[in-house]
Amino acid sequence: MPADQNTGSHAASGTGGGHSAPPARLAQKALADLPWEVGVAKPDPAMVVDKVTRTFGGLTAVSVDHLEIQRGGITGLIGPNGAGKTTLFNLLTGFDQPNTGTWTFDGRSLGRLSPHQVARLGVVRTFQLTKALSRLTVLQNMLLGAQGQTGESFLKALIPGTWRAEEKANTEKAMDLLRRFKLDAKKDDFAGILSGGQRKLLEMARALMSDPKVVMLDEPMAGVNPALTQSLLGHVKDLREEGMTVVFVEHDMDVVRDISDWVVVMAAGKVIAEGPPESISQNKAVVDAYLGAHHDAPLTNEEEDRVLAEAEAAIAREEGVPPGGGTPETISSEKDGKR
Amino acid sequence: MSDLLDALAIGVKSGLGFQAIFFALLAIGINVHFGYTGLLNFGQIAFAMLGGFGIAISVSQWGLPFWVGVVVGVAAAIVLALLLGLPTLRLRADYLAIVTIATAEGLRLLFRSVSATPVTNGTRGLSSFNQSFIALAPWSTQRRYDLLGTSWSGGELWVALVGWTLVALASLLVFLLMRSPWGRVLKAIREDEDAVRALGKNVYSYKMQALVLGAVFGAFGGMVYAVGTGSAIPDQYQNANTFLAYAALILGGAARVLGPVVGSIILLFILQFADTFLRALISNGTIPEALLSSTDVAQIRFVLVGIGLMLLLIFRPQGIFGDRREVMLDAR
Repeated sequence: MPADQNTGSHAASGTGGGHSAPPARLAQKALADLPWEVGVAKPDPAMVVDKVTRTFGGLTAVSVDHLEIQRGGITGLIGPNGAGKTTLFNLLTGFDQPNTGTWTFDGRSLGRLSPHQVARLGVVRTFQLTKALSRLTVLQNMLLGAQGQTGESFLKALIPGTWRAEEKANTEKAMDLLRRFKLDAKKDDFAGILSGGQRKLLEMARALMSDPKVVMLDEPMAGVNPALTQSLLGHVKDLREEGMTVVFVEHDMDVVRDISDWVVVMAAGKVIAEGPPESISQNKAVVDAYLGAHHDAPLTNEEEDRVLAEAEAAIAREEGVPPGGGTPETISSEKDGKR
Repeated sequence: MSDLLDALAIGVKSGLGFQAIFFALLAIGINVHFGYTGLLNFGQIAFAMLGGFGIAISVSQWGLPFWVGVVVGVAAAIVLALLLGLPTLRLRADYLAIVTIATAEGLRLLFRSVSATPVTNGTRGLSSFNQSFIALAPWSTQRRYDLLGTSWSGGELWVALVGWTLVALASLLVFLLMRSPWGRVLKAIREDEDAVRALGKNVYSYKMQALVLGAVFGAFGGMVYAVGTGSAIPDQYQNANTFLAYAALILGGAARVLGPVVGSIILLFILQFADTFLRALISNGTIPEALLSSTDVAQIRFVLVGIGLMLLLIFRPQGIFGDRREVMLDAR
């Protein structure tokens, strides 16, 4: 495990460590004094995003002006559906290329890198729809995660002597991880027969096989039963104890409040707020984005009638038909259809 | 009864002859593409044609030694695989399927066209390029040998021996590769490319390697066919052969080392056995001429193979060697 030298890093404390010792949460301390504003500079950013935009036709899916992600912390990325969270994930990991903008990891630009190159630098991701490799066994899934394997080159693959020892070491490491994620009994089963929650665990464990520096989890708790959620949460916290930087997308606010050191809120492709978890529920922009701007204004009967009348009048103006006489047109078109 | 034994013997000869080797090598290549990597190659016959014509053109047209012809055939198949892979392997799987099926048909039409006649001799094709290879046989190729109740010429035996050696070597290569981490990456690509990308593997490069490897197997299949028949005619390389090879692969079991080999033997055996036995039954009157005439037999045997494949897919979808658990995963 390559430990980072800077703040927030915490040497690997062995498998399953961090349960006995109280968590240090260095990132949380480092971030405590920051102002709660969008684009604020972090003391030790691992990833920096600058003016990244991505449009699909006329739709701007992502337009992030400036965003820094603290090293060694857990950053939660939240926002309503369609806010651009997953698109941002795709951009950061090379699965999609932005129209404009730059983004760096450890000061190194990630622009125009393909997904596997990003992964080799130590930024691994999981997927919203879990991608367990069904017809490979659980152990084979794990072994695939190991980086720089000699046996993965065509010619050396033909000479088992060149990769046997490496394979053995990787298998031991995989078994350690599987034990930690309580999947070791399933190692020879096809990944396709695992339950949804077990697949989430496997995908996370597989990502850890590559000794990542940044782990990006796209909705790790989606579709997982509450009991397993607790254990998944524990695993995510362990990643932080081992000095990894975690970015995750999540909808469950209890989860977000529980584990994140910093929360970034996106809506309509933009970052609309960021701050520690406790700041978010008080933020007006966030509440508006989730619930609509007028959610707390009571709607009286008279008001409702007035809004309805206004809408009807607007429709009537557009169609050039007096209010209340909107039906003849539909009838005549029906007749046309029958002829 | 003797009709049945005769038909069995002739069927076995066909299942061990050069045509079975041809289909086995095609199917081993398709197994690497489709069975292990999930690439849809519907034009495997194009690589075989380049292999066969590589030898034929080099030897009869350019007067080069036989072994140079082998190298030319393999090189041509590799170049074609790279050309087909470069634009399509970054795209979804269907694009490779479209491009390969079009190429297989297009190349055959090109080879039989009038303008290609100076090189390929058009529809009449090339012949007399395999003497130097047949002459290498350690036994006399002038006489015939009795084997398993059928008679083989010395040349046929020699082609079969070399051919099955090639099949064994190809199977060994596939076996070694697929138990290595390299093969693990291929199987993972078959399951989900994006997951493999996210784990830091260059998926494009692996798909290209798999495409080239399978193409080389296909080229060797074409060479065995050209040497076995003693001629290279463009219309021998109909794309229907690709699909027969797929049938052999599915019969034997995809993503299994010996699946394509056993599948090809069984496929050729069934085709030949059905042909001989039905003809015998018609000629001795067991099947009345009104029901089935001997001219229909050639078609009927493919119907039988089709019915057999349907029964197989219903009762044993994993093929002969496949793992039922593995196949049923997709059905969930």
